[in-house]
Formats: sequence, C-alpha cells, structure tokens
Amino acid sequence: MANKKFKCNVCGYVHEGATAPESCPTCKAPASAFVEIKAEKKGLSTNSNAYTIIYAAVLVVIVAFLLAFVSSSLKERQDTNVKLDTMKQILASVNVQATDVEAEFNKNVKDMLLQADGTLKENDAAFATSYGAEFKNERYHVFVVNTDKGTKYVFPLSGNGLWGGIWGYVSVNDDKNTVYGTYFSHESETPGLGAEITTAAFQQPFVGKKVCDANGVALTVVKNGNAQGDSQVDGISGGTLTSNGVADMLSSCLNNYKSFLNK
Amino acid sequence: MSKKNKEAFLNPLGINNPVTVQVLGICSALAVTAKLEPALVMGLSVTIITAFANVVISLLRKTIPNRIRIIVQLVVVASLVTIVSQVLKAFAYDVSVQLSVYVGLIITNCILMGRLEAFAMQNAPWPSLLDGIGNGLGYAKILVIVAFFRELFGSGTLLGYNILNYDCLKEAGYVNNGLMLMPPMALIIVACIIWWQRAHNKDLQEK
Repeated sequence: MANKKFKCNVCGYVHEGATAPESCPTCKAPASAFVEIKAEKKGLSTNSNAYTIIYAAVLVVIVAFLLAFVSSSLKERQDTNVKLDTMKQILASVNVQATDVEAEFNKNVKDMLLQADGTLKENDAAFATSYGAEFKNERYHVFVVNTDKGTKYVFPLSGNGLWGGIWGYVSVNDDKNTVYGTYFSHESETPGLGAEITTAAFQQPFVGKKVCDANGVALTVVKNGNAQGDSQVDGISGGTLTSNGVADMLSSCLNNYKSFLNK
Repeated sequence: MSKKNKEAFLNPLGINNPVTVQVLGICSALAVTAKLEPALVMGLSVTIITAFANVVISLLRKTIPNRIRIIVQLVVVASLVTIVSQVLKAFAYDVSVQLSVYVGLIITNCILMGRLEAFAMQNAPWPSLLDGIGNGLGYAKILVIVAFFRELFGSGTLLGYNILNYDCLKEAGYVNNGLMLMPPMALIIVACIIWWQRAHNKDLQEK
C-alpha cells in the first residue's frame, strides 16, 4: 500500500495512510480539512541559493577552460595568419600580389630599422605586426622592396579613424619622395563612408604625389574636391572624420622618417 | 516535420518576423545595411549563432536557475561567438577580418536573447534549432532587402559591382542619394517593409 501524506489545514497535523482520516486526532477537524502533500520532485530545487551559486561557478569555470583551450590551441595558426596578412598588406602597397606571400616577401623585402643618423640597419628582432606599438618604442621600420620597377621604400602607418584604429603602408620611389603606392585599412569605419579608404578610388590619387615639400612632410588628405598641388589628395565626402584621421596618421607617422626622406 | 516544428521554422520568415513584427535586432539592422555584402555576412552569422545558442540553452533549460537565467544565456552566447570568431581567425582569416566589426553586434543582438528567453527556455532542442534558423533567416531576409535598396540607390552598386554609375545616367540628371547611406534611411526602409507587411496581413493589424 502506497503511503500518502495528508496534512490537516486547521492544526497542521500530518497523517500517513491511503486516505485522509475521518477526523483529525488533535483538533477533530473533518476529513475535508485534510489535503494531500504531494511528494517533492526528486533532485535539487533549482531555485535555492546554493544551487544558483554553484551553477554559476561551475558554468564560469567550464566556459573559462573552454575559451582558454580554444584560444591557446589556435594561437599559433592565428599568429601565422596575422603575419601573412601584414606581409600581404606591405606587398599590396607596392602593387605586388603574390600567391605565396611569405616566399615572395622573404625574397624581395628587407625589414630595416631607421637609425638616428638617417641610415638603415637590418631588423634583428622578429617580424612585427603591430606598427603602432613599434612607433611607441621608437622603432621606425622601413621595408626595402625590390620590384620590377626598381627599389621601393615602404613606411608603415598607424593612427585613429572615427570609430577605431586605422593603419596603412605608403611606398615611395627610390627618390625617397614620390609616392609609388598606398594601402589603407581600418578596424571599424562606417561601411560606404569612412570604410571607403580601402578602395582604389581613394588610394589611387596618392600615386605620384610628393611626401615632402620645402617645409617637411606635406602629404595629406583634404576635403573632397579641394586637392591642389603636389601633396594633397581628395578625402571622402561623408567620411570627413576618417579622412582627417588618415591625414593625421600620414603627418605623425611620416614625420618620424624626416631624416630618411628627401626634402 | 510536425506542424508545430514547421511553424517554428516558417513563422519567423513571414508573419512572425523578428525585425518587422517582433521588432528585435533593429539596431544592428541599421548599422550593417549600407552595403549588401556585410548584410549577407551578418545575416548568416546571426543565423548560425542563434541556432547553436538555441540548442545549447534548450539542452540546459531544465537545470538553469530561474534567477540567473539571463546571465547564463548571455554567457552561452558570448562564449559561442568568441569561439566561432577564434576558429575563423585560425582557419578563415579573410572572413574573420570581414566579421571583426560585427562580432560585438552579434553578442548584443536582441534577437538572440529574445529567442532564448521566449522559445529555447520552454522547448526541446530540435524545435529550438528550427526556431533559431528560422529567426536568423527572417532577420537576414530583412537585412538583405534593406541593404539592396540602400546600396543600389546610395552607391549605385550591388555587392560592389557597378549598376547605376554610368555617364549617360549622370547626364540625364541622376545622382546617387547620399542620404541612403545614413542610418535614418535604414529606419525608413524598415518602416516601409512593416507598412507593406501589415497592409497585406489582416492578423497583424492592431485594432
């Protein structure tokens, strides 16, 4: 016989048995005052404080281990990708597109550092991928590239756009002044407006411009339609703040190469 | 496929669309629809993440403490998105560069939280998966429609290919509408879609 539990609603007496008693032995209440106590669900109550805290702790530990595992096991591949992408961008600034980026880069590009006296010295450290940090450490990279059209010098650039970081590479001819090609990219500029700095329409007009004039670094971006002279390039209409960011980046980064560039 | 499952999958594409009817995910719909390509990428990623998150939460639904369920949902979504973006960075770098901006937008997308809370917490994994895919595709559908008009009339291109930028059109006085590229225009296009949908569907009209 399955024992059910019945509780008297008047005094709280609990009776065990198949049915409710005819009257309550303590307060004499009739059988109708008894209600059955349903057996509690097996397992933990998901509403208790202890359960909640343990659940949260376990969840966080599992997620943390999972993320740490994914991150550390993929790190090497990711770093290789970033390195290859950086090399690809440097090659893009001298209009070279290679299928085997690394081989092409190692064959034709030399990673040099600018010294205080204006000479170049080979970079002994590992290939850098974040040139913003390199500028802060006063390590000014110059990439010397052998192309079919002679030796080109590539300068890395790093700055801020409207929403996030922007960066790029400017290559000059061996006169160390005339722009040969550019490459710009960004983290999170507005698609269709600021993000247009990655397009050929923005980058092409840089070709043939002069980096320096008599007063120093002059290469800059001006409001769309106002470009004049040898060193100004049209900005993007609707993307003024990003264009200004590019102009600031050009002047601040290229200023570091003053001793190397021809005035 | 039972009738209920079919509804879970097909309703979000039509009469229960997450953007136009549930009015979820509007913020990201404004941000990524200036061009067709990011809209496609975003639509696809949200579909994948909603489907996975729905399944995970649905499997956990009986164990999740009621008081911290939103936090649990958020942790699941955020870690899923992080893992996916890490894997893409390692195996499909170009796609991950494309996505970089949208990763944050996916985590904060209200469709995810909305579906987890409204559907996955009460339903078994299989219907939850269908509901996730359905809502993701319903969202992608609206994004693509909005992006189509914005890119076509704003830039005169589609997926970057030239459609309207020809000299003969310019001579006839046609110019690209710069306002199309601004977020307010996305809101107006979404509103037009809602208007059209409600005009054609009596059930959606409020009395």
